[in-house]
Amino acid sequence: MSKFTMGVDVGSTTSKAVILKDGKEIISQSIIPVGTGTSGPARAIKQVLETAGFSSIDELDCTIATGYGRNSLEEVPLQMSELSCHAKGAYFFFPKVRTIIDIGGQDSKALKVGNNGILENFVMNDKCAAGTGRFLDVIAKVLEVNLSDLEVLDEKSKEDITISSTCTVFAESEVISQLAKGTKFEDIVKGIHASIASRVGSLAKRVGIKDQVVMTGGVALNHGMIRALEKNIGFKIYTNEYCQLNGAIGAALFAYQKCLSAKNK
Amino acid sequence: MAGKMEKLPNKKPRAIDGHKPAAAVLRKVVDKVYAEAWEAKRRGELVGWSSSKFPIELAKAFDLNVVYPENHAASTAAKKDGLRLCQAAEDMGYDNDICGYARINLAYAAGEPTDARRMPQPDFLLCCNNICNMMTKWYENIARMHNIPLIMIDIPFSNTVDIPEEKVDYLIGQFDYAIKQLEDLTGKKFDEKKFETACARANRTAAAWLKSCSYMGYKPSPLSGFDLFNHMADIVAARCDEEAAIGFELLAQEFEQSIKEGTSTWEYPEEHRILFEGIPCWPGLRHLYEPLKDSGVNVTAVVYAPAFGFRYNNIREMAAAYCKAPCSVCIETGVEWRETMAKENGISGALVNYNRSCKPWSGAMPEIERRWKEDLGIPVVNFDGDQADERNFSTEQYKTRVQGLVEIMEERKAEKEEKGEDVYTNFENTKETDWSKPTLK
Repeated sequence: MSKFTMGVDVGSTTSKAVILKDGKEIISQSIIPVGTGTSGPARAIKQVLETAGFSSIDELDCTIATGYGRNSLEEVPLQMSELSCHAKGAYFFFPKVRTIIDIGGQDSKALKVGNNGILENFVMNDKCAAGTGRFLDVIAKVLEVNLSDLEVLDEKSKEDITISSTCTVFAESEVISQLAKGTKFEDIVKGIHASIASRVGSLAKRVGIKDQVVMTGGVALNHGMIRALEKNIGFKIYTNEYCQLNGAIGAALFAYQKCLSAKNK
Repeated sequence: MAGKMEKLPNKKPRAIDGHKPAAAVLRKVVDKVYAEAWEAKRRGELVGWSSSKFPIELAKAFDLNVVYPENHAASTAAKKDGLRLCQAAEDMGYDNDICGYARINLAYAAGEPTDARRMPQPDFLLCCNNICNMMTKWYENIARMHNIPLIMIDIPFSNTVDIPEEKVDYLIGQFDYAIKQLEDLTGKKFDEKKFETACARANRTAAAWLKSCSYMGYKPSPLSGFDLFNHMADIVAARCDEEAAIGFELLAQEFEQSIKEGTSTWEYPEEHRILFEGIPCWPGLRHLYEPLKDSGVNVTAVVYAPAFGFRYNNIREMAAAYCKAPCSVCIETGVEWRETMAKENGISGALVNYNRSCKPWSGAMPEIERRWKEDLGIPVVNFDGDQADERNFSTEQYKTRVQGLVEIMEERKAEKEEKGEDVYTNFENTKETDWSKPTLK
């Protein structure tokens, strides 16, 4: 009989949920653009249940929550850190993964993964938004573009410029002064990508980079960011269309693992 | 998966028959240090402020009452008044980047009151920069503020493992000068007998402290490693007091009794054992402890054991002993301290406080961590924290990192147990500290 497990990833800016069948097939998914402390988590859970044809979370075999808001879901008592869940999720799609770079809404991390997909060590950003998705949010707002426009603009850039990587607020001031000087949007965007890449690349180098390098998290949808990171770390970076759901997928996989070990007892 | 950990039944240790609990005895010793300082002040006697690793034996030869700003700042921070004093110091013009203890104390020295713990204002200062170079400027500022004598012992950074004789000569020269300054200050002559008594007591206290710390090597440990953060106050503020030695000897007896009776101040299952690096975040000690407790993670190695174990047989050895502080020894020595402790006590991971108040300490940590990972083969996780300024610590960020560390340790534990391997570090399953590239020969 099939096992259905759910993973819920409650981040700072988005809520994601996934239901897996037998730990293999994604039968429903949801991304709600609001995170912890909002209606986002409940809506994400409701959406995946409805899509998969379930009326209640109790009908599932197991659910695990992860992400910043993992402790805030009363209906999901089991939780794991997003660190292990991202490792699990990335290994599911890329069994040769050894290094994971995850850039989320307000944190970034580099994970070292063993040859069985098990998390071996990690480094996270220190207390600062520079090098996180928040940085891109702020800059996109200044440039009055959508986040989805950033990779398109980056591709058009012909000139390298340097933007501060120490502070999001200072970087914002620099961008404004670049605009005043007439610097092209595309060059600024590429400069921002390089700025984030230098901070996040440094995390990856600290944890020790080994092939294959996989990028997860919503920022991985921005291929301009991926190009900047590849240039910084000198390794090809793999990703896929599930990058933003990776944590939720990992959580659902852990939930499936839990079902199997309960069954074997 | 994280949940709440329940205490084990019948695990709570008992005091030694006929004695109060050692923790209470030790607390009283520190309270007495402050009380006696106040009494001295009321009698019109001189009261000094001293840095934590000043060779206080010299002052004890003059029966001087001394209190410790670092200990006072830690208490103030623990009682949640540290932030207000930090901000008061910043308002005075001191930079937010400097040590939180310094900011708290500079504000206090300038007259900012606190009900956390009261300490008399100083009539003289004793400063030794073995713990860090910022001490020099901190104490110079107070000396200027109060227009009082500053007795300074300069201990340069140790680039070599052994302390060269020239360095000891330099320190002995400074000890001689410090004695002269104290004679001028007090109008008394240096009392050799009182000095010898102070040294004997300091050695006795250090021996008892080291013995107490060594009990963390037992599995399970008869103590929660967090206990040592509180007991440290005695080794800092009262190491020349006989009551401190007696208190630590009682503590060691309690641990010995706990081994026999299967009890521990760590009343939870000991699922994992870790090294905790760095000064704890005093304003948020509970926030540090709870996520560890809830995952059965006991601290069984901290650098404070070797760092305050001053043992010596004569004045030259005393001078050499005072050269050893976490921030004043070469990186190889610092790594060896921790690695030896890890191998003696057995750990399966390390948690590092990137203490924003202590740049020299946290600045060295990335390289120290790298060496631990290589030599000990353990996961090492760090978090942003601060010994006194609570703005630099985020509970949620800390919890995520601890949970990540626990998840790694759990996987590795399962793997090792399946293979029949020792889960914890020991001398056989780790590499020797790498001395192949010492800072200087």
